[in-house]
Amino acid sequence: MNKIFLVIQREFMSRVKKKSFLLVTILVPLLFPAIIGGMVYLAIQNEKNKELEVVHVLDESSILNFEDTENYDYQIVDGPLDSAKARFSKSEDFALIYIPKFELDKPEGIRFYAHTSPGVNLVGGFENKIEAQIREIKLTRSGLNEEQLEELKTYVQIESFNLSEAGDESKSDSGVTFGIGYVMGFLIYFFLFVYGAQVMQGVIEEKNSKIVEVIVSTVRPFHMMIGKVVGVASVGVVQFVIWMVLISVISFAGMAAFGLSMDPLETAQMVQGADGASSIQNNEKVQEMMAIVSDIPITKIVLLFVFYFLGGYLLYGALFAAVGSAVDTPADAQQFMMPIMLPIIIALMGLMMFVFPDPHGNISFWLSIIPFTSPIVMMGRIGFGVPVWELALSMVLLIGGFIFTLWLAGRIYRIGILMHGAKVNYKILAKWLMQKN
Amino acid sequence: MSLLKVESISKSYSAHQALSGVSMEIPEKTIFGLLGPNGAGKTTLIRIINQIIEGDQGSILFDGAPLNLEHIKNIGYLPEERGLYKKMKVGEQLVYLGQLRGLSMKESSKRGKAWCQKLDIIDWWGKKIEDLSKGMAQKIQFIATVMHEPKLIILDEPFSGFDPVNANLIKDEILELRDKGATIIFSTHRMESVEQLCDHVAMINKSEKILDGSKADIKEKFRDGTYLVEHKGGELKSGTGFEVLNAEEIGRNLTRTLVQYSSDGNPNDLLKELINQAEIHSFVERIPSMNDIFISLVKGENPELADA
Repeated sequence: MNKIFLVIQREFMSRVKKKSFLLVTILVPLLFPAIIGGMVYLAIQNEKNKELEVVHVLDESSILNFEDTENYDYQIVDGPLDSAKARFSKSEDFALIYIPKFELDKPEGIRFYAHTSPGVNLVGGFENKIEAQIREIKLTRSGLNEEQLEELKTYVQIESFNLSEAGDESKSDSGVTFGIGYVMGFLIYFFLFVYGAQVMQGVIEEKNSKIVEVIVSTVRPFHMMIGKVVGVASVGVVQFVIWMVLISVISFAGMAAFGLSMDPLETAQMVQGADGASSIQNNEKVQEMMAIVSDIPITKIVLLFVFYFLGGYLLYGALFAAVGSAVDTPADAQQFMMPIMLPIIIALMGLMMFVFPDPHGNISFWLSIIPFTSPIVMMGRIGFGVPVWELALSMVLLIGGFIFTLWLAGRIYRIGILMHGAKVNYKILAKWLMQKN
Repeated sequence: MSLLKVESISKSYSAHQALSGVSMEIPEKTIFGLLGPNGAGKTTLIRIINQIIEGDQGSILFDGAPLNLEHIKNIGYLPEERGLYKKMKVGEQLVYLGQLRGLSMKESSKRGKAWCQKLDIIDWWGKKIEDLSKGMAQKIQFIATVMHEPKLIILDEPFSGFDPVNANLIKDEILELRDKGATIIFSTHRMESVEQLCDHVAMINKSEKILDGSKADIKEKFRDGTYLVEHKGGELKSGTGFEVLNAEEIGRNLTRTLVQYSSDGNPNDLLKELINQAEIHSFVERIPSMNDIFISLVKGENPELADA
C-alpha cells in the first residue's frame, strides 16, 4: 500500500511540476473568458460602428413607404428599371430595390439588386418590412385596427414541473437541464480522452526508458499500474478544481469590467440593443431562469460528476494503461485504440441523438446503465431527473465495471511491460490474459 | 552458509521451456557468476529471484526463509536493460528508488548523497537524467542498486556502457561491497571479468544448469593434462606417457610446443623426459580459462563433462 502511494506521488509530482502543466492550467481559464468576452465586445462594436448604407428604391406601385432607419438611408429613384439599374451599378451604394406594380394578394416581381450576394438575413429583413406594410394596408381596408388584432391573439405558455414521489414539485426547464447535461457529458468525454491518453503515454515512456524492470522488482506490476492511473487522475482533479476556481473568478471580474451581466440572455439582449419594453418582459424571464438555476441541486450534480468522472476514468484509464504496456511506440497503439474509443464516441453520440430528445427512452436508459457509456450519458440525463434506483444501478455497475477492467488490464500489463519488440495482436493479448504469473 | 537456495525451479512460457529443474546454492559473501549463452534462461532465473515473475515449480529460500515480498528491501537489482526516468532529476530519482526499496525519504536522500560523493558525481544531484551521458546514467543506476545496502546484489552485465576507467571503479566498488558482507550474483558474457571477480560460477544452457561450483574447483575439473613448453634446439618428439600435439616458432630461436600428458601424472617425470630432448626455457601446465570452459561447454565439445 505504502508503495502504491509512492508511485502515485511520483506520477502526480512529475506531471504537476512540468512547465506545460502550469501553462495549460493557467492559460485555459484565461483563454475561454478572453475569447467569449472578446467576441461579445466585437459584436457590440460592430453593431455600434455600422455605417449608414444607401439603398435605392424604385417603387412603381407607390403604395409603400420607406422611412430611413439607423442603418439604411432609402433614396427614392425614378424609373424605368433599366436606367435605375444603370445608375445603381455606377454608384457605390448598397442596394437597389425594385417594386413593380402588384396586386396586394399577389406581390410578385419585387427584386433586390446588390454589388455582392446578399446574406439571407438581409433580404429577409426587407421582405419583412414590405410584408408588414402590405399587412397594414390590408388591415385598413378590412376595417380592423391593430388593437382589435392584438385582442384576437392569445399567448399560451406551458410551465413544466418535476413531480417527485413525495409530491414536491420543482419547476423544470429543458433549456437549462439540456445545458447542464451537455456541459457535464462533454466534460467527462473530454477528460476520458485527455487523461486516458496521458496514462498510455506514461506507460509507453516507462517501457521505452527501460526503467520498468527496476520498478517491478520492487512493486507489483498491478500496484504500479494502479499508482499510475490514480496519480494521473489526481492531476486531473486538481487541474479541474483550479480551472473551476479560476474561471469563476475571471468570469466575474471580466463581466464586471465589460459592464455585462452574468446572464447570457441579458447579454444577448444588450448585443441586439433591444428596446425597453421587451427588456422588462425579459427581465421577468431572467428572474424565472435564475429561480430554476437555483433550484438545480448543484451539490448533487457536482458530487455525481466527480463520481462518474473517477469511475469512467478508472474504467478507461486501466484499458489505456494496458494498451500502453502492450506496445513499444504510440504509433503501434493505434490498432488497439479503436475498441476503446468506440464506446466513448457512441456515448457522446447517444447523448446527442437519444438522451436530449428523449431523456427517459429505452436507449437513453440502457446507455446510462451500461458502465462503458454511463459516465457520459448519465451525466447528460441527470438534469432531467433520474429515478434513484436507476442511478444506484448505474453506479454499482460502473464500480463493478472498473474493477473488471482494472483486473483485465492488470493481467495484460504485468506481461506487456516486460516485453520488448514483440509484435502484439489480439490473439497474443488473449494469451497474456490467460497466462499464469 | 548459503544466502540463497534455488531448489529445482522450472518455468515455461506456453511452448517455450525457459528453465527446467534448476537448483543452485549461492554462498554468503561471495561473488557468484551466473553464466550462459543468450536465451539460456539466465534472465528468467534472475526475474524469478526478483519476484518479478513466479516459477511454475520449485522454491527459493532467502536466508533460510521462503522468498517473499519482505525480501525486496534486502535485494538490489541492476537489470541488463536499464533506464531511468528521463525527466526526473538525479536526486529525486535516487530518493524515489531508495524509497521503493524500503528506505525512508530522509535516509534515502542521505545515502544517495553519500554515494554520489563517493563516486565524485555529487555535482549532478540537481541535473535531469536526459542531460547526462550514458556512462553517467549507468553510475546513477549502480548507486540505486546498492544504496539500500542489500544483502543480495544482482548485477546483469554491470560493465556494459562503461569506459575502462569507470569499469575499474565499479569493479572496485563491487569487491568492496563483497568484503563488507554483501553477496553478489553477477551475470555476464565477459569472461575476463568472471576470471577477475567471481568466487563461484554456475552455468545455464538451454534451460538447464550444466555447471556449478567454485571457480578453483571448476578449473581443476577442466584440467586436461596439457603443458606448454618453450625450448631451443630441434623438435620435441612424443615419448612414453606423453604426446606432442603441436609446435610453433615464436622467435628468438624458441619453439613453443603443446604436450599432452595425463592430468594426474607427476609433471617432474615429464620434465625429466623433455630435458633430455631440448634446452627447456619455460614449462607450464595449461590451465583452461573460463572462456575456454564456456565455449567448450556451450558448443557441446565435451558432452561427457556436461553431466558434471
